Amino acid sequence: MSSLLTLQGVSVTTETGSQLLHNVNLSIEPGQIISVIGPNGAGKSTLIRVMAGLQPAAAGQVEVQPDLRFGYVPQTMTASANLPITTDAFLRLHARKPAAPDLPLTALGINNLLHKPLQALSGGEMRRVLLARALARQPQLLLLDEPTAGVDLIGQVEFYQLLGALRDQYQCAIVIVSHDLHFVMAATDRVLCLDQGMVCCHGAPEEVSRHPEYQALFGAGTDKAFAVFSHAMGGHQHAHAHAHPHGDDHIDAGESLHG
Amino acid sequence: MDELIIRALLGGTLIALFSGPMGCFVVWRQLAYFGDALAHSALLGVALSLTTAIPAGIAVALTAAALALMMLRLRRGSRLADDTLLGILSHGALALGLVTLALFEPATTNWMGYLFGDILAVGWMDIATAAILALISLGLLAWNWQSLVLIAIDQELAQVDGISVGRMELLFMLLLALVIALAIKIVGVLLITAMLIIPAATARHFAKSPGQMALLAAALGIFSVWGGIASAFQWDLPTGPAIVVTALLLFLIATVIRTPIAQKQTGH
Repeated sequence: MSSLLTLQGVSVTTETGSQLLHNVNLSIEPGQIISVIGPNGAGKSTLIRVMAGLQPAAAGQVEVQPDLRFGYVPQTMTASANLPITTDAFLRLHARKPAAPDLPLTALGINNLLHKPLQALSGGEMRRVLLARALARQPQLLLLDEPTAGVDLIGQVEFYQLLGALRDQYQCAIVIVSHDLHFVMAATDRVLCLDQGMVCCHGAPEEVSRHPEYQALFGAGTDKAFAVFSHAMGGHQHAHAHAHPHGDDHIDAGESLHG
Repeated sequence: MDELIIRALLGGTLIALFSGPMGCFVVWRQLAYFGDALAHSALLGVALSLTTAIPAGIAVALTAAALALMMLRLRRGSRLADDTLLGILSHGALALGLVTLALFEPATTNWMGYLFGDILAVGWMDIATAAILALISLGLLAWNWQSLVLIAIDQELAQVDGISVGRMELLFMLLLALVIALAIKIVGVLLITAMLIIPAATARHFAKSPGQMALLAAALGIFSVWGGIASAFQWDLPTGPAIVVTALLLFLIATVIRTPIAQKQTGH
């Protein structure tokens, strides 16, 4: 099968001339999960916005598979208080076809939000509603910009588990920006590490965590190891890239949920 | 009833029917200042029609549309904040319009008519034009309703959904220019924004959905037109301001009714 989306030598420059992305190459295969990590201002959101077609590339090429169905979940969305609309009506707004009957409203925990005004949702609730909305379009590619910002660790692990299950159900590729450098989704096929608009390393989670660039950036030999959690309930829970000598909170939280 | 009043009521009703839903979009997208700037540019349109053979309505719609597109462009690449830019354009257009009018029609200029409207000067031809334009515009609004509402909620979300946001923006700006060109007859340049946003803001107190709010805003606008015309005849008031005062009274009543008691006590 061909790639869903390919970036070739993509650069993004602001009007004031500063470079947000520099020569980024990436291709996304069907069903693949890619985690994008990097420090603040590394260009993670810009990258995902380029993929969503919201940010034009100054140089390079963005090739999108024809008729690609994709969903984009921004970090935040603030609905104007002037506009009266319930969450339910918002989910049905501009749905090309009737929303998928098997929309995982319960799994996403938004069943009880449906009658609420859209403005009354918290940041986390809004992101889950936006995710449901994206899923209703049966996407082949889901673009998630820091979906777990402001979510505690247990919540993150649960969310990642849910996302893994959704990937299996919808057979969609996922690009997920993670705000936590040391913590990515277990089912991640590839980690893309951005620094100052450039891809400093990429590959399987285990490779990336051993990569000298990654270690230089995020501190090798510190207590912070690159923790990867499995969502699978079966045999291979211990997908940690590094065995962790001290078993810090991240790993405890993960294992207690999977154990 | 006097034919004059019937014409005024009919013309006002048609325009309120159109300005209600449009006002909702202005309120949702927080474009009140933007609407003001467009309305003020209408004076330039009036001046244009006096110096050329172009009918006033068309000239006003054209200038407003041109300004709307210009502002869309300017906002993108500007160093200045939106409200500064709009303030300059809005009051610059007003002053420029007044100066131009004074130059071309120094003796007979009915300034009050342009600034505050003159619904009694509405003729049958105006009503027929307003009816056709309002119906076409309402049809276009209804046809693109879901897309326009989604853009009002979040433009990027709409773009990702495959809505051609650029085309919708163009449509919206043209409709806004049109409603201003029509409403200038009844409330005048200075009060058009009030006619757009006050009924919509009142409707917000009661509406549970965007559609409800649009219908309610239209109904409140029609009621304001009737109340304004009636009181103008009763007490010999200028009609445009009387319509806006009626709308304002409705808004105040709605605000008092719909503010929860707990909030009133905390003074919020």
